[in-house]
Amino acid sequence: MGATQTRPEPQYQDLVEATGFSLEQIKNLHKRFEQLSGNADTISRENLERIPALANNPIKTQIIEAFFDKRNQHGNELGSYEAIGFKEFLMVMSHFRPPTLRTTEEEKEAMREEKVRFLFNMHDTDGDGKITLQEYRRVVEELLSKSGTIGQEAARAIADAAMLEVASTNVPNMGPDDFYEGITFEHFQQILKGLEMESRMHIRFLDASTAHGCCRK
Amino acid sequence: MLPRIAPFNRTGFARTVPELGLLLLAILVLLEGSVLPLGAASTPETNTHGEANRSGAVEGHSNHTKKAFPVLSFNYESVKLPFEISLWVLLAFLMKLGFHLVPRLSGIVPESCLLIVVGLLVGGLIRLAREEVPPVLNSKLFFYCLLPPIILDAGYFLPIRPFMENLGTILMFAVVGTLWNAFFVGGLLFAICLIPQTPVLNIGLLPCLLFGSIISAVDPVAVLAVFEEIHINELLHILVFGESLLNDAVTVVLYHLFEEFALVGSVTVLDGFLGIISFLIVALGGVLFGAIFGFLAAFTSRFTSHIRVIEPLFVFVYSYMAYLAAEMFHLSGIMALIACGAVMRPYVEANISHKSHTTIKYFLKMWSSVSETLIFIFLGVATVEGPHEWNWVFVTATVILCLVSRVIGVVGLTFVINKFRIVKLTTKDQFIIAYGGLRGAIAFSLGFLLDEHHFKMRNIFLTAIITVVFFTVFVQGMTIKPLVELLAVKKKQEAKRSINEEIHTQFLDHLLTGIEDICGHYGHHHWKDKLNRFNKKYVKGFLIVGERSKEPQLIAFYHKMEMKQAIQMVESGGGSKLASAMPSTVSMQNIQPKNQAAPLKPKERALPQLSKGREEEIRKILRTNLQRTRQRLHSYNRHTLVGDPEEEGIKDLILKKQMRIELDRKIKEMANHLTVPARTQDSPTMRRARLASGRNTDFIPAQQQKGNKNSSDPQSFTVKPSADGVPVIQVDLASPQSPDSVNLFDETGQPAQNDDQGLMMKTKSSESDKRSEKDDLRDQQKLMRCLSDPGPAAEEDEDEPFLP
Repeated sequence: MGATQTRPEPQYQDLVEATGFSLEQIKNLHKRFEQLSGNADTISRENLERIPALANNPIKTQIIEAFFDKRNQHGNELGSYEAIGFKEFLMVMSHFRPPTLRTTEEEKEAMREEKVRFLFNMHDTDGDGKITLQEYRRVVEELLSKSGTIGQEAARAIADAAMLEVASTNVPNMGPDDFYEGITFEHFQQILKGLEMESRMHIRFLDASTAHGCCRK
Repeated sequence: MLPRIAPFNRTGFARTVPELGLLLLAILVLLEGSVLPLGAASTPETNTHGEANRSGAVEGHSNHTKKAFPVLSFNYESVKLPFEISLWVLLAFLMKLGFHLVPRLSGIVPESCLLIVVGLLVGGLIRLAREEVPPVLNSKLFFYCLLPPIILDAGYFLPIRPFMENLGTILMFAVVGTLWNAFFVGGLLFAICLIPQTPVLNIGLLPCLLFGSIISAVDPVAVLAVFEEIHINELLHILVFGESLLNDAVTVVLYHLFEEFALVGSVTVLDGFLGIISFLIVALGGVLFGAIFGFLAAFTSRFTSHIRVIEPLFVFVYSYMAYLAAEMFHLSGIMALIACGAVMRPYVEANISHKSHTTIKYFLKMWSSVSETLIFIFLGVATVEGPHEWNWVFVTATVILCLVSRVIGVVGLTFVINKFRIVKLTTKDQFIIAYGGLRGAIAFSLGFLLDEHHFKMRNIFLTAIITVVFFTVFVQGMTIKPLVELLAVKKKQEAKRSINEEIHTQFLDHLLTGIEDICGHYGHHHWKDKLNRFNKKYVKGFLIVGERSKEPQLIAFYHKMEMKQAIQMVESGGGSKLASAMPSTVSMQNIQPKNQAAPLKPKERALPQLSKGREEEIRKILRTNLQRTRQRLHSYNRHTLVGDPEEEGIKDLILKKQMRIELDRKIKEMANHLTVPARTQDSPTMRRARLASGRNTDFIPAQQQKGNKNSSDPQSFTVKPSADGVPVIQVDLASPQSPDSVNLFDETGQPAQNDDQGLMMKTKSSESDKRSEKDDLRDQQKLMRCLSDPGPAAEEDEDEPFLP
């Protein structure tokens, strides 16, 4: 592998345990990390913005922001980084691992919660633990941002309808004076229960080193 | 269907089993009675004889009665064929009805089994009455009339997303699995035939392989019939069902291959190679034909805005043409049909009217239901008819080998597939997939098609096929439900798609595509995204008429939901049923940030009070008036099917009516703080009355919002007859705000000139309050419309199978 190997093996081992990826997968992701960062140790937002394929994505900003969000690092910190290292990159990516045949039911539950938490953090931009109406509106607006003016007008209506639905299902008997502050994490989990996140929210991580046609180790 | 039958149950006369038996017996006798003369004339040899007889009889008859004019005559021959067909269909449906009247039975035994039993009974009766049973399961009838509706129904309502996501797995099972089954069964049967101990079974290798290829394919009709009743989760359903659809290509190729070569007697490697090429052509060609006809249908539907009535026809005829065209070239007709239905659906649905959409849905379900029922009954009849040649060894060997090969095939394939799948298939999944490999009428018909002169063992084959079909349908069909319960296999999610789920599905799509891009490799999501963008950019603009071509999917979903809600609201009778439709008391007021809600309070208290008695009076009078107007509304609906303005008008009517209902309910809630409840409580009924009167009723809410009160002067209220019939109000459904902005809020203060003036009161209200209230209420209306699940009796999602 030669010059591109910047990390010694034992540190990969830590990462394997922390994130659950296999060694092969970590190596591939590391290669990609270096590609994105230009062989530096950290990635900034600009590095990610430069990916050409992301340009067409309506929620590009949110995705990039998610990488720099401290809440996705399995710690208890809030706020965001300016630049992230490989470990942080990997931690964010680990949210997208699929369950395996050996995953038990409890592990699947934990995985689902983790993934739903990731989505929640993406929506809850001010970090107060609730998705307010404004934030939700913004989500829908971004989703429809590539659809012109039709999108923008309908976005507000759709977001309001969705919010109403969350409130209706979770707190069905609100008096006319009560105010629904925002979607809490529990309510969010409730409304997404039907989607079964642990089976949907994953991508394929390459095991073999086919991505760059690199020489065998 | 079941809930609707239940009330029938209470009042129907065939409630108890003896009565039901009597009904069945009556039908059977009727059928047999009509089949008697049919049987005489149905076989080709006796047909002309019968004709000659009949004409002779007629002549003789006419000679006889040349003096008197025949007042009453009986001429069966001319109506024979349609009469026969109608009688069979009638029998089929009375049977089906009968099964549902006996509730416990339909829970234990799947319908397909019951229908086969009925077929056996009918066949038996016919045989008892006469020597011969008419050959009802004629292959031509089956392949050209009975099979296409079922497949089209399956293809049109195919859930595309899970299908595409699991396409690799499905193809593996369909192609490799069927090949494995065919060769395993065929080869081992040949080996068994070679054993000297077996009683005389002189079947060559190729005929055995031919038999193997006939018996190995999983049958879509049987799978549909059984799986629909067990409601397993979507993944397993689509795997087994998709496999049953896609293995048609393999079956076609193998069947023709072995049929040709069984005559010749040998097969070379070149032939094998040609077989593979042929397979690719058959499969891809079928899909191509289907896609071409699908695009043609979509394109045609673009221009049907003026002749809405014939829209469903395009869907059916184009699909049938696709099927026939594919069959003409010996390509896979089933795959053509699936491709046609799946391709045309998104575009056609965007173009056609709502009524056409409902028509297509119900016609497809009805036809596929008829076909399925008839197929099973005919299977029963054909079993009785024979010809049979029972050979213990062959038949039992076939049954056992089929089971064994299926299990080995599924397990082996899953092992390979799991290496490539992200979400792996568990052992439970594998068991259900293996157990759900039912054989059905297609295998039988293919066997029937064999030429008797070339294949002397055709009868043995037929007997074995029938046995396998019976075994799978009865044994596996009946036990799969308890097994599913026992193994605690995940069941289908019954909940309706809510707007939140839709938003997040879209969000996830984009998120995963983005993450894949960041990771750097072109995965599944990347290509899906590319296809979507291509579709949006080029194809949609070409195939979808007008503004809808630019409508993003989320908005389309939202509109669809609103529409469903509105229609349901109308159908359930409007205001009185509102409470049940919305189980929670949450409304927009609860969600809007407090600073917006505040200004409402001080204003409300300034309003004067109306006595309760007065309210009641008003409400009563208006309600009686409402009944009259409601009838008018219905007759208004029934009139013309053609004509765009009517359709738009209905949509608009529905939406506006619902908006008003919601609005008024909201006002009613607010009126808890108000000291004048009267205005709000009579508004839904009054609103509807005004709506029906055909006037421009839009100003009413605006006035409401301005704080105008309707005084209680019921005597001055009159319901004006509708002026010209159709209120032509162009509603652009693509932007939900337009109804509101155009109609509700532009009138800022013109009282009704010719309308019910008496019900007005004026109060002071500030401009700013108006604005915020307007805003608020506008949001409320839209919100009310968008609750996700109006209740258990709600319309089904089109993606779900229709049979209850």
